[in-house]
Amino acid sequence: MAATATATPAPDRRADRRRRLVPYLLLAPGIAWLLVFFFVPMFTLFQTSLQEGSIQQGYVLTWRWANYTEALSTFSSQYLRSFFYAAVATVAALLLGYPLAYFIAHRAGRWRNLFLLLVIMPLLVSFLVRTLAWKIILADQGPVVEGLKAVGALPASGRLLATSWAVVAGLMYNYLPFMILPLYASLEKIDPRLIEAAQDLYSSPFTAFRKVTLPLSLPGVVAGTLLMFIPAAGDFVHARFLGTPSQYMIGNVIESRFLVVLDYPTAAALSFVLMATILVLVVTYLRRVDVEQVL
Amino acid sequence: MTAGGVTTERMPTPRDFEQWEPPPPARQPAWQGWRDRLGRHWLVVFSGLVLLYLFIPIIVTVLFSFNDNLGRFNFTWRGFTIEHWRNACGVPGLCPAMVRSLQVATIATIGATILGSLIAFALVRHRFRGRGPTNLALFLPMATPEIVMGTSLLALFLNLGMTRGFRTIVIGHIMFNISFVVVTVKARLQGQDANLEEAAMDLYADEWTTFRKVTLPLAMPGIIAGALLAFALSFDDFVITNFVSGNTVTFPMFVWGAAQRGIPPQVNVMATLMFAVALTAALVGLLGRRRT
Repeated sequence: MAATATATPAPDRRADRRRRLVPYLLLAPGIAWLLVFFFVPMFTLFQTSLQEGSIQQGYVLTWRWANYTEALSTFSSQYLRSFFYAAVATVAALLLGYPLAYFIAHRAGRWRNLFLLLVIMPLLVSFLVRTLAWKIILADQGPVVEGLKAVGALPASGRLLATSWAVVAGLMYNYLPFMILPLYASLEKIDPRLIEAAQDLYSSPFTAFRKVTLPLSLPGVVAGTLLMFIPAAGDFVHARFLGTPSQYMIGNVIESRFLVVLDYPTAAALSFVLMATILVLVVTYLRRVDVEQVL
Repeated sequence: MTAGGVTTERMPTPRDFEQWEPPPPARQPAWQGWRDRLGRHWLVVFSGLVLLYLFIPIIVTVLFSFNDNLGRFNFTWRGFTIEHWRNACGVPGLCPAMVRSLQVATIATIGATILGSLIAFALVRHRFRGRGPTNLALFLPMATPEIVMGTSLLALFLNLGMTRGFRTIVIGHIMFNISFVVVTVKARLQGQDANLEEAAMDLYADEWTTFRKVTLPLAMPGIIAGALLAFALSFDDFVITNFVSGNTVTFPMFVWGAAQRGIPPQVNVMATLMFAVALTAALVGLLGRRRT
């Protein structure tokens, strides 16, 4: 890290100053891009959320805070549903993903990379197409529905498609690799001798897991849940493909307000609230984790 | 465990005791060993089931590209055909959308890889003030839901009166890919020995030569990995594209539009092709890494 600062013998002052400029020159183009196309748009979104008017007459900034209260009271059910669905899907994915990540990290031996490839394979199929595949799998009269009916888990008229189950299952499926990979990364770093040591000291496998493995893998749990929860909470594809309007999430409302109804202020207000809520959740969650570590 | 009394009913003889081996030291009771073994098998079975679950939609996607479907619907299996593969571009708009996605992904990848790699070099190889804000600026796009980035870009373009299309899609894709490239390249740079660069400089290479002959070649695998990631993310991006594309149709936009009317099996053909290409690339990468 200190290479450029110390390597050259007796640097004169001008070269020294030039060298200190180098990192800023390297940063400038990328950071400028993010400023113009990430941070400035956030500000514009905020401004848009306080506008008033109609699509015919144009929207004007009037600092109308009522946009927020109106939007939230109208769409509170979709808003809460988003966070509920995302939370259920995230917890389910954690329960499914943790054992698999553990298996790959500590039991797969030299086949690790192959198993990791298997885990990311779904990501190689186009996101929308893989969601539509669930529509085929869960279809009425499909093998899954008929099977569940045969064992009595589903009433004769029951269906999976167009229910909350389908939407949550879809969310869980599509973001599962994002849960497994960080879990694997942190589990893989654990020295198996630590677990052995715990067992040598007469702890049961369960206690060893609870006191050694789990705490050491927490960074992975944190990263995985965030990587999954954030996109899941803002999703609108699953509710559209696998659900009905009564499963619609806040993303569906934002999408249709922005692109169909052209009610920009309401859409912007909802989008901004979503952003703010997630930011608050992330910051509370990450308070003790160094940002650079997560990166 | 091996004391012999388990299998026979007879009294133990002195011979049995001679053959008796002491159990390994500090061993748990037998039932716990069984529980261990059960635990291990449970883990294997459970992991296998999760992997199977991850695979089912892939199998379905590939299978239904061969489905002899009826009309506009491709939801139930009706028999095998290769017709859709022979007629892959038969659906109007599908192949142009594929081409457009490739173009967008190529340009966005080049842009994001250059901008992101430069940032990664600055972060790993240089000391400077403002690290904290820089890291935050890179972290926020990854912690923000795509829908928020998409809508905010849309708000910007609406306010500027910019026509939405190819250009705005590329702008958005470069934006969300920068952070991913930085993370990937940074990981590679951090793993490599800074002493090599010092050695080059000690041997009177100037900074530019050192960068060109030592730093860049060593960082190349990271840069390529970052570029591949950016390409994959850009090619398949739907959420941001949906808000900034206007009337321009990329492959995901085509699928989204077609979903309202019924997905033609040719979409599955394209998805299968993309899957095959990506899988090949991943396998080549995997084998390449094993060799070195």
